[in-house]
Amino acid sequence: MPIYGVALLAACTLVGLFVGDLIGATMGLEANVGGVGIAMLLLITLTNLPGRRLEPGSPTGSGVQYWSLLYIPIIVAMAARQNVFAAVSGGVMAITAGALAVLAAFALVPVLSRWAQRP
Amino acid sequence: MTARLADFAGDNGLLVAFVFVGLVMAVAYALSRHVARGTVHGSAIAIALGLLLAFWAGADTGGTNGVADWPLLAGIGVLGGNMFRDFAIVATAFGVRLADLRAAGLVGALSILIGVVLSFAVGAAVAIGFGITDPAEIATIGAGAATYIVGPVTGASLGVSSSIISLSIAAGLVKAVLVMVTTPLVARRIGLDNPASAMIYGGLMGTTSGVTGGLAATDPRLVPYGAMTSTFYTGLGCLMAPSVLYLAVKALV
Repeated sequence: MPIYGVALLAACTLVGLFVGDLIGATMGLEANVGGVGIAMLLLITLTNLPGRRLEPGSPTGSGVQYWSLLYIPIIVAMAARQNVFAAVSGGVMAITAGALAVLAAFALVPVLSRWAQRP
Repeated sequence: MTARLADFAGDNGLLVAFVFVGLVMAVAYALSRHVARGTVHGSAIAIALGLLLAFWAGADTGGTNGVADWPLLAGIGVLGGNMFRDFAIVATAFGVRLADLRAAGLVGALSILIGVVLSFAVGAAVAIGFGITDPAEIATIGAGAATYIVGPVTGASLGVSSSIISLSIAAGLVKAVLVMVTTPLVARRIGLDNPASAMIYGGLMGTTSGVTGGLAATDPRLVPYGAMTSTFYTGLGCLMAPSVLYLAVKALV
């Protein structure tokens, strides 16, 4: 049943986010550390159990697949609720700092990628 | 009548949000097909339209939540909020193979550390260039160039003024918006077309909204890889910026 997939996905997300929250609290931070990453690893593990692989086409799998397909619309909603006005009117210093940080990171992507491909 | 409609939309916020996003997507894909003739992907246009509407809403309402501050569209705050965002990001990991995640391995993890230090250094240098001399204020701007969460967390722990904290948030927001808009434009040039480079990109950029938005507009299959590394970035930034990175600024200035 699709609800099994949705429930599995929700459970993985909740567990991951809570563990990420606990890791943050242990380090004395007001931030979630790796919660989404932990949730993803959990989902990958549970959907690839030996002999019980969950296929996207199966009824249970379709419950997970549906939310994966809704990803872009949700990101569009996320974009529509950003504080873009504050970003644009943040002044020259904020815009310079943000823009140069992005440029520097873009420039390093190919450098580190080459490094990753080295045997 | 208007008040009644606003109440009704508020009670059914999530449904209104589905209709709104569906319309934005439809307009974006039509623009992609007929105006851009397929050169710009529909999802990239949809995200840009969302940001544009958010700007308009912010100018109109003076609020901080984009279109969600319009009572009729309050439901966008739920659909575009952290809960659904994280839920959908985790869902994209369905079908990912662990072998692909290991492809970037150590370099992927290292990219997070490099990304935090790099953004901080660039932000701090810009702050110094604009004549700021107090190490705590320089560190707060540097932290803001990491993400818009690291900035205020650092500023609060170093006790800087709220105007500097706002500047650091603005720097982080500029970064998030720019990453969303420019990633599809530069993706090919920086080789952002495989799981390993997506993980490195996520670690270097760090802003989860920017990375997941940018990858969605580039190639949705890369989303889980970028999200995997960027999810550790803000935590590492909050750990390093008020401590070692601040001390480094203090020693250098």
